[in-house]
Amino acid sequence: MHIVVLMKQVPGTSNVKMDENTGTMIRTEHENVMNPLDENALEAALEIRRLRDDVSVVGVSMGPPPAKRVLEEAIAMGADSGVLLSDRGFSGSDTLATAIPLARAAQVICGGRIGPDDLVLCGERATDGETGQVGPMVSSFLGVPVATYVRSIHVGDGYVDVERVVEDGFERLRLSLPAVLTVVKDINQPGFPTLDGKIAARSVKIPVLTLKDLGLSPDHTGLHGSPTRVVRVFRPKFSRDTVLYTQDNSGTATDNLLKFLDSRGLR
Amino acid sequence: MDYEGVLVIGEQRGGRVHSVTFELLARGRALADKLGVKLSCVILGHGLQQYAQEIVQRGADTAYVIDDPALEWFLPRTYCNAVVELIEEAKPEVVLAAATTTGRTLMPLVAARLMTGLTADCTGLDIDEKERLLLQTRPAIGGNVMATIKTPVARPQMATVRPKSARPLPADPGRRGEVVVKAYKREAASSASEKMLEFVADATQEVSVQDAEVIVAGGKGLKTRDGFKLVEDLARELGAAVGATRDVVDLGWIGYSHQIGLSGKTVSPKLYVAIGISGTIQHLAGMQTAETIVAINRDKDAQIFKVADFGIVGDLFQVVPEIIEKLQRAKAHKAL
Ligand SMILES: Cc1cc2nc3c(=O)[nH]c(=O)nc-3n(C[C@H](O)[C@H](O)[C@H](O)COP(=O)(O)OP(=O)(O)OC[C@H]3O[C@@H](n4cnc5c(N)ncnc54)[C@H](O)[C@@H]3O)c2cc1C
Ligand SMILES: Cc1cc2nc3c(=O)[nH]c(=O)nc-3n(C[C@H](O)[C@H](O)[C@H](O)COP(=O)(O)OP(=O)(O)OC[C@H]3O[C@@H](n4cnc5c(N)ncnc54)[C@H](O)[C@@H]3O)c2cc1C
Repeated sequence: MHIVVLMKQVPGTSNVKMDENTGTMIRTEHENVMNPLDENALEAALEIRRLRDDVSVVGVSMGPPPAKRVLEEAIAMGADSGVLLSDRGFSGSDTLATAIPLARAAQVICGGRIGPDDLVLCGERATDGETGQVGPMVSSFLGVPVATYVRSIHVGDGYVDVERVVEDGFERLRLSLPAVLTVVKDINQPGFPTLDGKIAARSVKIPVLTLKDLGLSPDHTGLHGSPTRVVRVFRPKFSRDTVLYTQDNSGTATDNLLKFLDSRGLR
Repeated sequence: MDYEGVLVIGEQRGGRVHSVTFELLARGRALADKLGVKLSCVILGHGLQQYAQEIVQRGADTAYVIDDPALEWFLPRTYCNAVVELIEEAKPEVVLAAATTTGRTLMPLVAARLMTGLTADCTGLDIDEKERLLLQTRPAIGGNVMATIKTPVARPQMATVRPKSARPLPADPGRRGEVVVKAYKREAASSASEKMLEFVADATQEVSVQDAEVIVAGGKGLKTRDGFKLVEDLARELGAAVGATRDVVDLGWIGYSHQIGLSGKTVSPKLYVAIGISGTIQHLAGMQTAETIVAINRDKDAQIFKVADFGIVGDLFQVVPEIIEKLQRAKAHKAL
């Protein structure tokens, strides 16, 4: 059984600095890390491996060469191997153009075609793009079922049972394998790198696959293959005409608050 | 045929059409009017025909009802097949769904099948009138930036829309529209691959912050779990739900279901009262669309005042009890 874990490299803090004049992000100040939910996805894969003896856990990341670090980290945490998808032709990809190479890579890792004993795990969303679209799109390109917002996984013979968290409760679903699952934070507590893992990470070679290696057309990846375009990035502004009172002992401020609420029919 | 018209994908839970559908209709109506095209809405489920008229009354020109026992529960591939078939037939230029656990799962599948663009979790939608393109604005990177996104060439232009980011139109009993009941063409392979075994509803009976008209929310300024009771007291007095910042939830003063903000709930009540809350961007991301915002904070420079309609600068332990007392007195007076 192959468990392919998709992992994205993201900025280490969500307090990204913005250049107010140009409206662009200042990227230098923070370190890049593995998307936190992808650590949960990896942990879920390792938990399945603990219960069976035929499981190979493979991390896959698409990004510039430094994204290799998240794969080394994954191996240090216990993954068996990692594959980096890196090519100038991948840059500027939106979620559709990201999902195509990731799905293709999952096929390649599973021996050319994802089989009835394989599973793809990913985070419910990444902390930077935050779309949560990549997982379901990957499932579509693989032609396999998907469950999102998964907080528990039980692998059976040819199927997987999951609990999926929704607004008003949770669902228990059964999907046939292969399948794609996107996990939420509640699923587990990610483990730490182990000594053995760190040694393995140091010696392992992480293969890099390019557009050509994946047999993909440049029309389907990168900026060129992306149907969406970001046309403007700006800092949110929320301003209102604020009436401000300072509290003193006269009770004026609270009197005025009650009058204000009355004037808007809010009491 | 060219792509024309706006389609919204309604949402049902437990056989009842959810109010987020009417929010989408309000969004869709505004866009359709700007484009000068028709607005349609599809609901998928079982036994939902009774809702078709309300969908028309809330702004749709056409209500599609795809009715089949297989559609009773949301199953991603099954729903995707039905929606893709409708889109290929109706060819709308814009497709909107709610950014809920359903919409955020269904729409990426549909977009991938149609090889078109999808923008997630939009809080703003507009039309670029020169180019007739949908302008989709969404928060990203922890609420630190807003991005406006277009889908210039591929069709349809698709977006999920954050719930409670728009208000439904009132139902107009005089509005006329077309109701089209459609059969679902079962597709054996997908339906065998995904099965709903069970749905377990949340046991808690309290009004969720997302459904409340008034929310009183507290932050770390309440100092202790005991201090936080002031928020609950004022909420009771105003018939409000209780909200909290992430720091308060992390401290264990109240459960996660009350957390407002980027990593909690997004709310849009008539009144939001923020007590001892600094107003970080992550908190604002969840409440800035409230109709009226009142803030109480001892720091006159607190960010929360920037989004407030009414603010009191002062010690909350003095201000809040005073408000509660005045509300109680007014009530007692009315009762006389
Ligand atoms: C401000 C901004 C807004 C954007 N808005 C949109 C938008 O609305 N629509 C759109 O199509 N694109 C959008 N993009 C582009 C999008 O962020 C990128 O395509 C991104 O690479 C993937 O999307 P995500 O971060 O949202 O991932 P998500 O879909 O949130 O990620 C979910 C999971 O997918 C896996 N995954 C995602 N990316 C990778 C990767 N590179 N390698 C390995 N695994 C991965 C991980 O397991 C991750 O946990 C936006 C970009 C920016 C900067
Ligand atoms: C990725 C990410 C996601 C996040 N998601 C969320 C989220 O969903 N929701 C959220 O709320 N936060 C979120 N946060 C956390 C956020 O950054 C802040 O830490 C948090 O909102 C601050 O909470 P607070 O206002 O209660 O506390 P503080 O920032 O400590 O503010 C306390 C306020 O109380 C005032 N005060 C103190 N004493 C008194 C007094 N006696 N009288 C009157 N006023 C007083 C102070 O002046 C201060 O303004 C997130 C952060 C990150 C990085």
